[in-house]
Amino acid sequence: MESLHSIFVAPFADMFAAPDFFLQVVWEGLVSGVLYALIALGFVLIYKSSRIFNFAQGIMVVFAALTLVGLHERGVPALLAVPLTLVVMFFLAVAIERVVLRPLVNQPDIILFMATIGVTLFLIGLGETIFGGENKVMITSELGIPTGSWIMEPFGGFVSIEQKDVTAVVGAVILVVALLVFLNKSKMGRAIRALGDDHQAALSVGISLSTIWVLVWFIAGIIALATGIVWGARAGVSFALEVIALKALPVLMLGGLESVTGAIVGGLAIGILEKVFEIYWGQPLLGGNTEAWFAYMLALLVLLVRPQGLFGEKIIERV
Amino acid sequence: MNAHPDHHVIVAPPGDDIAKGDLLMEVKNVSLAFGGVKAITDISFDVRKGEIRAIIGPNGAGKTSMLNVINGFYTPQVGTITFRGQERRAMKPHHAVRQGIARTFQNVALFKGMSTLDNIMAGRSVLMKRSIGWQMLWHGPALAEEIEHREKVEEIIDFLEIEHIRRTPVGKLPYGLQKRVELGRALAMEPSLLLLDEPMAGMNLEEKEDMSRFILDVNQQRGTTIALIEHDMGVVMDLSDRVVVLDYGKKIADGAPDEVKNNQAVIDAYLGVPH
Amino acid sequence: MFYRVAGQYKTSYQADYALFPVKQDALLLALILVVAFVVFPLTASDFMFRALLIPVLIYALAALGLNILTGYAGQLSLGTGAFMGVGAYACYKLVTIFPELNIIVAIALSGFFSAAVGVAFGLPSLRIKGFYLAIATLAAQFFLVWLFQKWAWLYNYNASGAIQVPNTQMFGVTVTGARASAMSQYFVVLSVVCIVTFLAINITRGRIGRTWKAVRDMDIAAELVGINLMKAKLSAFFVSSYIVGIAGALFVFLWRGAAEADLFDIQLSFRVLFIAIIGGLGSILGNYLGALLIVALPVIIGTVPALFGLPISSAMVEHLNTMIIGALIIGFLIVEPHGLARFWAVIREKLIIWPFPH
Repeated sequence: MESLHSIFVAPFADMFAAPDFFLQVVWEGLVSGVLYALIALGFVLIYKSSRIFNFAQGIMVVFAALTLVGLHERGVPALLAVPLTLVVMFFLAVAIERVVLRPLVNQPDIILFMATIGVTLFLIGLGETIFGGENKVMITSELGIPTGSWIMEPFGGFVSIEQKDVTAVVGAVILVVALLVFLNKSKMGRAIRALGDDHQAALSVGISLSTIWVLVWFIAGIIALATGIVWGARAGVSFALEVIALKALPVLMLGGLESVTGAIVGGLAIGILEKVFEIYWGQPLLGGNTEAWFAYMLALLVLLVRPQGLFGEKIIERV
Repeated sequence: MNAHPDHHVIVAPPGDDIAKGDLLMEVKNVSLAFGGVKAITDISFDVRKGEIRAIIGPNGAGKTSMLNVINGFYTPQVGTITFRGQERRAMKPHHAVRQGIARTFQNVALFKGMSTLDNIMAGRSVLMKRSIGWQMLWHGPALAEEIEHREKVEEIIDFLEIEHIRRTPVGKLPYGLQKRVELGRALAMEPSLLLLDEPMAGMNLEEKEDMSRFILDVNQQRGTTIALIEHDMGVVMDLSDRVVVLDYGKKIADGAPDEVKNNQAVIDAYLGVPH
Repeated sequence: MFYRVAGQYKTSYQADYALFPVKQDALLLALILVVAFVVFPLTASDFMFRALLIPVLIYALAALGLNILTGYAGQLSLGTGAFMGVGAYACYKLVTIFPELNIIVAIALSGFFSAAVGVAFGLPSLRIKGFYLAIATLAAQFFLVWLFQKWAWLYNYNASGAIQVPNTQMFGVTVTGARASAMSQYFVVLSVVCIVTFLAINITRGRIGRTWKAVRDMDIAAELVGINLMKAKLSAFFVSSYIVGIAGALFVFLWRGAAEADLFDIQLSFRVLFIAIIGGLGSILGNYLGALLIVALPVIIGTVPALFGLPISSAMVEHLNTMIIGALIIGFLIVEPHGLARFWAVIREKLIIWPFPH
């Protein structure tokens, strides 16, 4: 009875006893969730347009952030370093299309997936060779991101909200809206979606595959840079980010590989739930650090019930 | 081998208990829908032992869905299937194989990375019994079993005249040969009912003649009952003993090829009379 | 000219099913075994054993286990490192609870623990397919490493949180622990690896191997030819995790000597996956070639530039190593998706027809 109580009653009692603290936990979770969602978004974009399960999305985040900080360290002003980093990400997209995607077109999915693992390793090695393997500090204030925090006082308690987190959330919302407008309104965006629906059909109306792939990987690069800046501001820039970025995978599984909505909802849900679970169940009952596996286990359980994810389309098997 | 004189019989009974011409399978009032879309509506027909039964109809008539119901891949919402006297509705495909139903597919469904020999040997998986322990050691019972089944498979390879591609990965074979290997794999299961889904689709005249010969030989020499879907009317009329015609998921005719050919409903369905 | 198959006719299926239907293959293998069992022990230094030979064998064994699951049965796994951990911790608990247990027996038994865990995390494969399945093995990876940290009973409540390999003997020779000689450890590892490889070859070429490959190539068709998908997938998870678990036990007991939970993190899973990819998915031989490459590469990068008078820091060796492995993976996938094993097959074909290629 004791243990049942501590699992099913005590955590909820704690939430109600200190609602301000609960809000703080949810807010922290939400901010991580936004970052998971951003990584997952870059992922969905590439999967939709080319059926490639891009393992390298996480490392692209690290690579973009490293390039930005590295350029600044070498004396480039912060606001010039951003466009320069975008140029680097563009050339990265071109290089990936030329060297990896083009020779591997029409190979089985698993081969392309493995190739993106190769890209991941290559970028880790390249980043370390150029910028060194040690941790770096994101140039947050140089980029004009406010670093103070606001104190709010709901329910008679207080909640502390960092301004850079608010910037991250606002920035992410703007990025997502811009992306959705681009995908739905522009000619290029429609071409990307057409490609996702049917490769052959898209090719037959005269859309160049190479152009689209470069474009899609470049957009993924832009998202990676944005993610790298906000994440770097929170946790510093290091290759440890790569492991955290792996959490985009359960987010995707939860949301369904092809759904933009799924990536966003899945990201937020996992961010909040893993934080709440850690604070109210993980630390008191399991010795803490449950964030290491919670997202994966949650995704696994959801998939067992809905193998196509929450937002994926039901698959009817045919022969 | 003497230790297991009956292990073929347990798994895939050859159907000797049913005399030629008697009822082998009966499909009764079967309906199948996906969501709200009806694929098959209230279809009944039977298959007699030793015959070649054709299922024909325009595209989207529900022919492939019918085969999928028969071998357990889809479960119909209404109706029953009685095979060799046993009635059932829901079952796993591998149970259908154990009961003696084998099939080929409209779009070849071979194991692309495996050789012709391995593909056909894979068809005998259900007939092979040696445990993982024996397989680890290989020499001894596992090898004896492998050789015993290899001999059967080589007979099929000879019969289908595909000796020269025995070791070739099937992904590299031309389409016509792949269809033949797929027939070989189905035969390796020693079925009492063989379902063929468009065995001649995409073949040239010569390949069609070869395939027709193989189907007739299987039916006559091995006594295997065959139910086939085919679009080539010439082939259907030549090969089959009886024909069932589907249109929009409903049965519109059933009988000998000549009767069916002159049936007004069938002519309308194929010429596209508005409903 | 040395590879002459002409004149070697097979007159029975038995002969066709010999381990090496071609005589020269058997001779080559015999030569390799002589080198492994006689030449190396007579000539190799401790450094050679510990930096090259032992790790190559252990990594190759782990890759062989993964290859059965991913290369043969087509089920992607990103949790190899954690399954190796299960084998290592199980072995540690076995030798501390039953100190008189022979170490080989302990290692063989520890495989069953990883096999059981592997099957548990393989159960979702019955419902989840393709990339979605990667999540199941990732869940295993992160959950198990967390468990290795938090469950103090696993490491006997050591203050350091690490497991320390005790000294154990076999036939009067110390084979594990600080007092064991590199050569005795090498012999134990080599023997285990040879036996497991032999058994794995037999499984993969018979009925079970065919059902695995059938599931890999087209699972729906496999089901429709009567293969029980559940049995096929779970048996692959079982056999694969068993071998991976043994590799994990060898990894700690006969090579590292001690281990913390972090040793089995996702980086280890990836390293084994790279070996399997570079060596060749769906091949046995490839695991050895891949392991040789991955283990030897940093040694080469560390020594070759120095020979040309270019000093290179150990951090730089690591960075370059990562980069080159990444490039190698991409290169292999483009040039030869079937890896080093296929390269050897092509060379062998050429040798058979050389010097008359027409």
